[in-house]
Amino acid sequence: MTEARIIRVAGAIAEAEPLGDTALYELVEVGERRLLGEVIRIQGDVATIQVFEETSGLGLHEPVRRTGSSLMIRLGPGLLGSILDGVGRPLNGLAERSGDFMAPGMTMPTLDPDARWSFTPTVAAGADVSGGDVLGEVEERPGMVHRVLMPPGSTGRVVDIEQGTFTVTEAIGSLSDGTALTLSQPWAIRQRRPFANHLPGDRPFITGQRVFDLLFPVMEGGSVAVPGGFGTGKTVIEQSLAKYAKADIMVYIGCGERGNEMAEVLHDFGRLTDPETGRSIMDRTILIVNTSNMPVAARDASVYLGMTIAEYYRDMGYHVAILADSLSRWAEALREIAARLQEMPGEEGYPTYLANRMSRLYERAGRVESQGTPTRTGAVTFISAISPPGGDFAEPVTQASLRVVGALWALDPRLAHQRQFPAVDWDISYSLYADGTRAWFSKEGGADWSELRVETVRLLQRDRELREIAGLVGVDALEDEDRLVLEGARIAREFLIGQNAFHPHDAFSSVEKTYQLVKMLWAFMQTGETALKEGTAFEKLDLAAVRVAFGAVKTAAPDELGEEISKAKRTIAEMRPA
Amino acid sequence: MKRLDAPIARTYSGAASAAGPLIFVRSTRRAKLGEWVRIGGSGQDDRRGQVIDVGTEITVIQLFEDTLGLKPADAAITLTGETATTVVGQDLLGRALSGTGEPLDGLPPSIGEARLPIWGAPINPVRRQHPSDFIETGVSAIDGMNTLVRGQKLPVFSAPGLPGVELAADIVENARPARGEPFAVVFAAMGITERETQSFVSRFLESEVMQRTVLFLNQASDPTIERLLTPRVALTTAEHLAFTHGIHVLVVMADITHYAEALREVAAAREEIPGRRGYPGYMYTDLASLFERAGVLKGGSGSVTQLPVVSLPDGDMTHPIPDLTGYITEGQIVLSRELHQRGVYPPIDVLPSLSRLMNAGIGEGRTAPEHREWANQLYAVYARGREAKLMAAIVGSEGLAPGDRRALDFVDAFETKLINQSGVRRSLPETMRVGWSLLETLPRDELSRISEATWASRPGTAKAEEASQ
Repeated sequence: MTEARIIRVAGAIAEAEPLGDTALYELVEVGERRLLGEVIRIQGDVATIQVFEETSGLGLHEPVRRTGSSLMIRLGPGLLGSILDGVGRPLNGLAERSGDFMAPGMTMPTLDPDARWSFTPTVAAGADVSGGDVLGEVEERPGMVHRVLMPPGSTGRVVDIEQGTFTVTEAIGSLSDGTALTLSQPWAIRQRRPFANHLPGDRPFITGQRVFDLLFPVMEGGSVAVPGGFGTGKTVIEQSLAKYAKADIMVYIGCGERGNEMAEVLHDFGRLTDPETGRSIMDRTILIVNTSNMPVAARDASVYLGMTIAEYYRDMGYHVAILADSLSRWAEALREIAARLQEMPGEEGYPTYLANRMSRLYERAGRVESQGTPTRTGAVTFISAISPPGGDFAEPVTQASLRVVGALWALDPRLAHQRQFPAVDWDISYSLYADGTRAWFSKEGGADWSELRVETVRLLQRDRELREIAGLVGVDALEDEDRLVLEGARIAREFLIGQNAFHPHDAFSSVEKTYQLVKMLWAFMQTGETALKEGTAFEKLDLAAVRVAFGAVKTAAPDELGEEISKAKRTIAEMRPA
Repeated sequence: MKRLDAPIARTYSGAASAAGPLIFVRSTRRAKLGEWVRIGGSGQDDRRGQVIDVGTEITVIQLFEDTLGLKPADAAITLTGETATTVVGQDLLGRALSGTGEPLDGLPPSIGEARLPIWGAPINPVRRQHPSDFIETGVSAIDGMNTLVRGQKLPVFSAPGLPGVELAADIVENARPARGEPFAVVFAAMGITERETQSFVSRFLESEVMQRTVLFLNQASDPTIERLLTPRVALTTAEHLAFTHGIHVLVVMADITHYAEALREVAAAREEIPGRRGYPGYMYTDLASLFERAGVLKGGSGSVTQLPVVSLPDGDMTHPIPDLTGYITEGQIVLSRELHQRGVYPPIDVLPSLSRLMNAGIGEGRTAPEHREWANQLYAVYARGREAKLMAAIVGSEGLAPGDRRALDFVDAFETKLINQSGVRRSLPETMRVGWSLLETLPRDELSRISEATWASRPGTAKAEEASQ
């Protein structure tokens, strides 16, 4: 067979001929520097390839080699704490080899090939095993058990399986047909990993952000779109969730975003500890980093890579949260590639299959019962930031997301300008998970959680109407009852749904603290209403003391929280003049 | 890096066709993407270009110079075997160069220390140091309220008729590092007018700051396409000064809007499918390839900080150029026509302005421990006053609560005393003193963002005197 040669290069796209009986999405090595690429179109003998690395310097007649498989990642112990580029290469390893700047044409395994892991089998020789069965365990990080699974689709009888220390590719045992068992398994990232059954969600994903947990909750296994123009705080929200939200594993995908932000993530995550376990949060985190100036095709791959890793840990029985920042950059990568292929554009130049691809991606989230024994349930929760051009949500990426996600956290630049963070627009945000999470919150938060939620939404709506009126007639012209509503809503905005991501005690709010704050808000409203009814003038209420008390609870250290709450309750009770 | 392995020049005679800034050449057997091209021929000036699409049938070359008078059939096309490079070195400091790096100051070309490809490779994210120190620009609204941090990219959003380039020029002259570290400014002018060139460049050339400055000038009359090279030549020069010589380099790029228009022109010539308002779908990626070249490396002593100027067409913040810029950069400094018309210079509206990295660059050991509280308080009162101003337009200032009325008066004082500095450089301590004097006009109980300790030790108080002695 004649060797395949490059016949065209333009941007991130190369064409090669003849590539033989290649398949779509087969991984190829392009040119003398062996740049990674994948086949995205086949026309007769000519294959079109999107190249994951910088293409400048690539010339005609350079060779193209097939690899026989699509873009794979080796899944196994050692993923936790790693920092990967869009195609799964460890960035620290690349830096050791090529220095401060990225250089093309370097292959490097995702998992450290020399690391040795202590493996304890949980099946014995003679056992019949099939895809998804747990073969044994490795303690990947202290307290973090990595379950070694039979690769999906495989089956056989275990002939031998050993306890001991192994690298990720050494045989830990074998099957009767001679297949070696290893600690790791390859997986094609564009393919969804199989599971036994979809399960309905049964509990909320606790974000630690009061505005979400209280007003717009998300289910474990749910999906959320977080659209917002620039400067509305998308990244701060994604980072806060990655740092503090309750999940076993976090996969953070920095897709086409800022290098300095990623540096901040790396810096902060390395120093933060999980308050529950006392260990570094990097122990539960995988970072995938493809900054905006890194190759555009790898941006496309980065999202699938993150999803595959999340599904792998889900299959072990964990709850994994994926934080993608931002899905718009991923969609733009699709658009850029489609334009180079001269495909007929759909809306705003995006390819017509955009919505389709996005739905397929979002639908990889969910709560499932894994394949194999013992029975395990796991979940993947998917939170994706979206960067709509001009902050206008009527654009294709936002709209395609809204067709599939269960919650919308819409960010509003006006709130951001008022320094109201998280700048969630409570008028247009929604959650379809509110009903499903009600039972859990009633039990774990407080019996009246749902009523308080509804009341708070109503208060904020009433506030908006009143402020429109006040804008016309002045605040002084309002009834005292209405002024109380304005004050209550102001407290709600500042102390309940407003949260300072940079304050050590305010960045994360436990369900208990959220509940206490919303309780306090309603104690304030009731006390105020009673006082007004009994003839006290609004001006006579000691609002300054109340605000100070709310502020103290909001930023109280955990060991002072109880005391601050009691003090605040007293302050509220005493806000009427004697 | 993106060096080509075999720099062998080959010359072909005659192009198949030419359209706008592009020429199309048949069967160039070993052309490489990004290869640098020289185009000459009988009676034609040498032009420079770059391979942007290689194919067995047709290879597309984008010219960086005017195509006026180009005869495709007679052209001699030399593929140089190299990518675009530029000479870098410390001896460039003090020089005025064209948008592609040719001397404009009558001196011989720089010998330099190295010749580097201009398309810089991305910094490996794990090798980035998170930015953490500030650069004093001499502008109160920036230094005090939206501090510029080393390694940051902070654009100025201007508009036609607003002094964006003037502000940039002031900063070129007045910027200083925090503690007298080695410092340089690289000024990349893209499509600036003769008027602007006259007023700023002559000012720089005569001033002592020229010794620490490199000027790259692509004027409005220069070929549009050259503008695609200018920022890259400038950034390559800056990276060399920063990462090889450990200098803190501020790169001022004016005007990104002209750059983006050049990008659109080439995309249209290539008959690409246009994105929003005709700009190419890859404009985000392309702008990112400029802006992401700002940064600080771990273990290094230099830094590249960027201050791009973006003219908002029709003052529209949602236009694709400022919109995409805002998504990449770390904040923005927004100029206001209203302030400009009232004679406030620089007319910076601090409410929509933002420096995302400010918190990393200020505070104890960097600027002043009370900087955050000070800025938050000014911000809070000013925001309240601006809201009161809107309200007062409807209900009259008598209808306002007393606190709102005081905030309303504060707006005027803040704009005329703190924001306005009529071209006079202000150090950060001076800026902070002005801010304190404004805050002192308000009742203490309205200054809830200032802690007791900070209030007691503010400049001018006995405690502050004591501390300074």
